Amino acid sequence: MKYVLLINAGAIDEDGGAAGCTVEDWVEFDQEVRDSGVFVSGESLADLVTATTVRVGEDGERTVTDGPFAETREVLGGFYVVDVPDLDVALDWAARCPGARGGGSVVVRPAADFSN
Amino acid sequence: MAGDERAGHVGSSVEAVFREEHGRLLASLVRRYRDLDLAEDVASEAIEAALATWPVQGVPANPGAWLLTTARRRAVDRLRRDTTYAAKLALLQVEADRTDPAPPPVVGADLPDERLQLFFTCAHPALPAEDRAALTLRCLAGLTTQEVARAFLVPPPTMAKRLVRVKKKIREARVPFRVPDATELPHRLPGVLQVVYSIFTEGYAASSGPHLQRLDLAEEAIRLARILRRLLPAEREVAGLLALMLLVHARRGTRTGPDGELVLLRDQDRGRWDRAAIEEGRALVVVALTAGPAGRYGVQAAIAALHAEAADLASTDWPQVVALYDVLHALAPSPVVVLNRAAAVAVRDGPEAGLALLDGLAGEPRLRGHHPYRAARADLLRQLGRHDEAATAYREALDLAGTGPERAHLRRGLDAVESSRADREPGAPAPG
Repeated sequence: MKYVLLINAGAIDEDGGAAGCTVEDWVEFDQEVRDSGVFVSGESLADLVTATTVRVGEDGERTVTDGPFAETREVLGGFYVVDVPDLDVALDWAARCPGARGGGSVVVRPAADFSN
Repeated sequence: MAGDERAGHVGSSVEAVFREEHGRLLASLVRRYRDLDLAEDVASEAIEAALATWPVQGVPANPGAWLLTTARRRAVDRLRRDTTYAAKLALLQVEADRTDPAPPPVVGADLPDERLQLFFTCAHPALPAEDRAALTLRCLAGLTTQEVARAFLVPPPTMAKRLVRVKKKIREARVPFRVPDATELPHRLPGVLQVVYSIFTEGYAASSGPHLQRLDLAEEAIRLARILRRLLPAEREVAGLLALMLLVHARRGTRTGPDGELVLLRDQDRGRWDRAAIEEGRALVVVALTAGPAGRYGVQAAIAALHAEAADLASTDWPQVVALYDVLHALAPSPVVVLNRAAAVAVRDGPEAGLALLDGLAGEPRLRGHHPYRAARADLLRQLGRHDEAATAYREALDLAGTGPERAHLRRGLDAVESSRADREPGAPAPG
């Protein structure tokens, strides 16, 4: 079963990385996820200032705006999709993710299954 | 008529069997099909079938095996009819049961007890805290949705909706049915014990409603703890929790007066405490506190045992009670523990000492809406003859208190201090 791990960065340090973990921590975690065979996909997102929002109104008019900018301290910083047998295994991976530390959090959401 | 009598007798034993078997049956079915809804449906169909046949044919020698066999046959029928549903469950066992023309009857007197995994699923931290107790009562205590709704004083449709939602999360997020391994168990067991204890405390001191105690809930919690004790005999905190509940429950007959009014520990008729429950509880306290560091339930049970052993309030071993509260506070710090410790200090060293500790909690945000804190302050102020302050504290407590009997108790305290003030006897000792 596929679970999406949504990584919310907590406090951001001056380098734009999540406080409380190092680049080495991320490299190590990423390697573990890939080596274990549960990895489906994953990306880390570029800085929030690069974000652009698109909305299409009822008249079909496209609105493009800069942002969004974080209204809270938690900002979606990246995600992993893992294929594991059940929620407990997904929660274990989330707990090992460096993004869960240092004031960050990882939201675990099952991917919707429309195959049946 | 003799026939009716026999049917009546079978009827009541049928009910007793279901209370006992429902949780076991459901757990076996869940382990097999990994689907709570299917398990619940075929479990209730098997029980309906039993209600139809047992009064005629008599209760079978092994009712649990009969129910499991019947339920599995119903599950097979359903999975054959609904192949989409079967595909969704997509499990080898389901596949095997579906192709098997008729599951062989379950034999053997001792069915494996698979309730432990169901306990851990129902108390899973990924589920909403307020639904864990409801789900545990539904699945493991065998209460109907209506009974669970009554237990939590919510309308049955509301409870039904909550149970549907929580089962949807279990199914769709795939919350597993498994017992945590030895490394996880220390993290997960407290959650299960917390669920059982929350059922007990709701029964012991209902948070609202006309009655102070809802004994049926307390008894369900004790029944659940007995099951856990059998399933996890080496876990001393399970023994501690069962001990705590038995020792507190032993006072049930004396906690309220003839009109349902609250009777405090100091005024309870200790001769009417349930000696059998106390003896069982005391033996379990020894188990809980032997051969390892004490847990929070074991320590609370030890405090309850000290009260149970004392002939009256004065001869209670208060220094030991205070010392145990210190241990408890180190294990599980909380302002409520500080409050209870202060109440013990007030008896050991006098109301002034207790009041000083209570006033130290004045800024504690978690006690802001806690009426026992206001009530304890009010009682000590009254004992000290500080009637104006006592009246204020009683009014604050009355603004917060939940059940009718608690409110009536506070009202009596308020009336007493107000009449003392009216009599201009500021130094008079408090009555009672």
